[in-house]
Amino acid sequence: MSDSQIPTQGPVPTPGTVQGEQPAPAAEQPSRFSGVLREIASGNALISVLAVVLALVAGAVLIAVTDPGVHAASAYFFGRPLDTVNAVWTAVSGAYTALFQGSIYNFGRPTFAAGIKPFTETLTFATPLIAAGLGVALAFRVGLFNIGGRGQMLIAAAAAGWVGFSFDLPWGVHLIVALVVGIVGGALWGGIVGLLKARTGAHEVIVTIMLNYVAFYLLAYMLRTPGLLQAPGSSNPKSPAMKPTAVFPHILGPSYNLTLGFILVIIATIWVWYLLSRSSLGFKFRAIGENPHAALTAGINVKNMYVYAMLISGALVGLAGANQVQASITSGFGSGIDAGIGFDAITVALLGRSRPWGVFVAGILFGAFKAGGFTMQASQNVPIDIVLVVQSLIVLFIAAPPLVRAVFRLPAPTVTPRVAPAKISGKKAVVTK
Amino acid sequence: MKLELRGITKRFGALVANDHIDLTVEPGEIHCLLGENGAGKSTLMNVLYGLYQADDGEILLDDVVQRFSGPGDAMAAGIGMVHQHFMLIPVFTVAENVMLGHEKTRAGGRLDIAAAREQVRAISSRFGFDIDPDALVDDLPVGVQQRVEIIKALSRDAKVLVFDEPTAVLTPQETDELMVIMRQLKEAGTSIVFITHKLREVREVADRITVIRLGKVVGQASPTATNTELASLMVGRAVELTVHKDPAKPGNADLVVKNLSVIDHRGQLVVNNVSFEVHAGEILAIAGVQGNGQTELTEAIMGLQPRVTGSIMLDGNELRKASVRTVLDAGVGFVPEDRSEDGLIAEFTIAENLMLDRSNGEPFVKAGTLQLGTLAEFAEKTIVEFDIRAQGIGTHAGKLSGGNQQKVVLARELSRSLRLFVAAQPTRGLDVGSIEFVHTRIIATRDAGTPVLVVSTELDEVVALADRIAVMYRGGIVGIVPGTTPRSVLGLMMAGELPSTPEVAA
Repeated sequence: MSDSQIPTQGPVPTPGTVQGEQPAPAAEQPSRFSGVLREIASGNALISVLAVVLALVAGAVLIAVTDPGVHAASAYFFGRPLDTVNAVWTAVSGAYTALFQGSIYNFGRPTFAAGIKPFTETLTFATPLIAAGLGVALAFRVGLFNIGGRGQMLIAAAAAGWVGFSFDLPWGVHLIVALVVGIVGGALWGGIVGLLKARTGAHEVIVTIMLNYVAFYLLAYMLRTPGLLQAPGSSNPKSPAMKPTAVFPHILGPSYNLTLGFILVIIATIWVWYLLSRSSLGFKFRAIGENPHAALTAGINVKNMYVYAMLISGALVGLAGANQVQASITSGFGSGIDAGIGFDAITVALLGRSRPWGVFVAGILFGAFKAGGFTMQASQNVPIDIVLVVQSLIVLFIAAPPLVRAVFRLPAPTVTPRVAPAKISGKKAVVTK
Repeated sequence: MKLELRGITKRFGALVANDHIDLTVEPGEIHCLLGENGAGKSTLMNVLYGLYQADDGEILLDDVVQRFSGPGDAMAAGIGMVHQHFMLIPVFTVAENVMLGHEKTRAGGRLDIAAAREQVRAISSRFGFDIDPDALVDDLPVGVQQRVEIIKALSRDAKVLVFDEPTAVLTPQETDELMVIMRQLKEAGTSIVFITHKLREVREVADRITVIRLGKVVGQASPTATNTELASLMVGRAVELTVHKDPAKPGNADLVVKNLSVIDHRGQLVVNNVSFEVHAGEILAIAGVQGNGQTELTEAIMGLQPRVTGSIMLDGNELRKASVRTVLDAGVGFVPEDRSEDGLIAEFTIAENLMLDRSNGEPFVKAGTLQLGTLAEFAEKTIVEFDIRAQGIGTHAGKLSGGNQQKVVLARELSRSLRLFVAAQPTRGLDVGSIEFVHTRIIATRDAGTPVLVVSTELDEVVALADRIAVMYRGGIVGIVPGTTPRSVLGLMMAGELPSTPEVAA
């Protein structure tokens, strides 16, 4: 512990060392490399990766602490300490091996086709996470906090599901109609929020939270009411099964669960990238997200943009909702069809730094946790809660970049100290009168 | 108390903000620290005040080396600071603000307000301030708030007082009064460090002048030095303080504002029945102390104010109630008062900022898609034309100096074809070199036959640019006078008094 504090004293030279006569040390030529390194080190992507690493380390501690084998061995720790070390190693390596084999590649299988199945499972789990994550991330970029993912997903799932089980349409058309209706449902549920914010100034956080409840209980009511969404002849709050024509086809054959949804999500990611980086609309979105005052002064209609942004955000979350009923659970849905993805999407968007491809990668990571978590639980008896703790820790570390920097002793992002104080005191401080 | 800074060095990464700066302030001396924005004055003072730790060098008070780990230490050692942006809590009374941070308490932790009141009265009477200790700070004029800051510093027995750009928010009259106060403090033996970039004030009050450029002391000067000498020391080259300007050749009254009133979001009438015209090829300057309705007036013209009555006619078209987009499309160029808040997006690149108000159509957008090639080409050309100093067009605007940021805003607005140019505080916070550039550009715009409306709280700027001057006070226009009107008359008008011989210009 004590030696770890030495580096912090490094940059501050003690006052006595430089005497007046001594020539001033030549100013260090900041090499190109160190500048690049600083950019990377202070950049966001590295922080995300390190946050994952930190969380995995913390998870390892938790796995060790909760493992019964470690408990047993630690009882005689002072007698045979190596037993404890071995038990910790067995527990942690076993758990993370299971995580890997459950989410990436299972070396226990004879063929590649069988061994890669866990990765396709990861992608299957990642599909709705990426779609909803893109929606939340897009809203973030416009400066809006869309925590209404749950409501938007429920409405989208209900809309797509209703089309899916109650109409008879040809193969292909049925699928597309259900998908489009689902996306429109999500878009409208999100658009309401944008409209309320633009017209009345209602805060989108409050409105989205409340609309989550509205959607949930509305769906619960419709699922309990015969003639609406409830399966005929059933008393359970559950819808009928989807017609096969409305179900996403499997893209890698019947032995894998990966569906068309994943292709759609890749397209969505590319589209969001185009929208944000290359389109005029995205330019306005980003301008508002960074500085709404300047956007307004530059003649951008901020209110309309809020509506458009929430429509598109809701549509992307709606894609996740449609995917739930058209791919994940096609045997009829209940009111828990969102499976918490609406909230996980916030995490995915944060982890992906609200960049489309960042969200894509973050979604796959979370998909891996979901897929691998079950294997961890089944084969190693690691409580599923530990996986969730690791996920939560990742977010926690991401939300506190200075913490990650402190742990890994990274330099702070290039400070612009002359600008900072002026920003703090800012405009409001002057206008006291 | 004698203050001495020896070899102060402060680095931020690769940037050396202070490079072995030596400074000695004798007891009872007003020592002026003169330098452009970004020269390192504020960094140096923040080191002195304990907000930053110097990488090298030492601070001595009466020849004793000091180590400050925070403003508390500096205050305890007798250093006081009057900040540019007052560090006062508006909803507290004067006495509460003065005691804040070193509150005396009586039994049970009750605040000893009476003692604080007494302290405020004692210090006020010593310097002839007329301040009610129980007045709410929010209700006081800016000049008086500044005195509260001074009292606050003195109540902690400050022997060295640092004034950080104290005149930026004051009227000319208040500035004069501040000068008197500074001389009084000096008589009482207080050492004063006076940071500014306004040359006139320096010569009026300073005993000695130290000029800083790019983090280094570049010279000492006496108050007898001329403005030109001081300015060239500051900038490092010869500067034209007053930009050359040919007489205006006014054309038609392109902008006609009639009976314009604005009610702000708090329901206050902030612009009251204002009428004026701006002719093609002339500059109308709107002078006045900050907060007398100028901001709202420009915002009303731009369509940024919701509750506006009266009429704004540009080329015969009514712009009142038009959206910002419509106003911009009508050919109005706008340099907002607060460029970092309203004019630029710090996280956007220079190129992106250059297309900020042209995000709808050609040339930068085709079929809803950004034309990045066209934009890059335009940006490359523009940063040369407007002398924007940056690594490249991909540099984030937030990383630029104030002068270069303002050049980006100017470049964006002036590269459209304009029917009216509105510049609010176009040189606020800029250094002498950038001011020269901005003024030249504004005059060039006028000479191209565009009507120009300049809002400024700086009399120097108003006098340098204006063909006619409208003075605003409490939301109304006190009078519109020729550009040659003497400063003294303008000063009185800024305080709301009509000139004795009202020579209202047509």
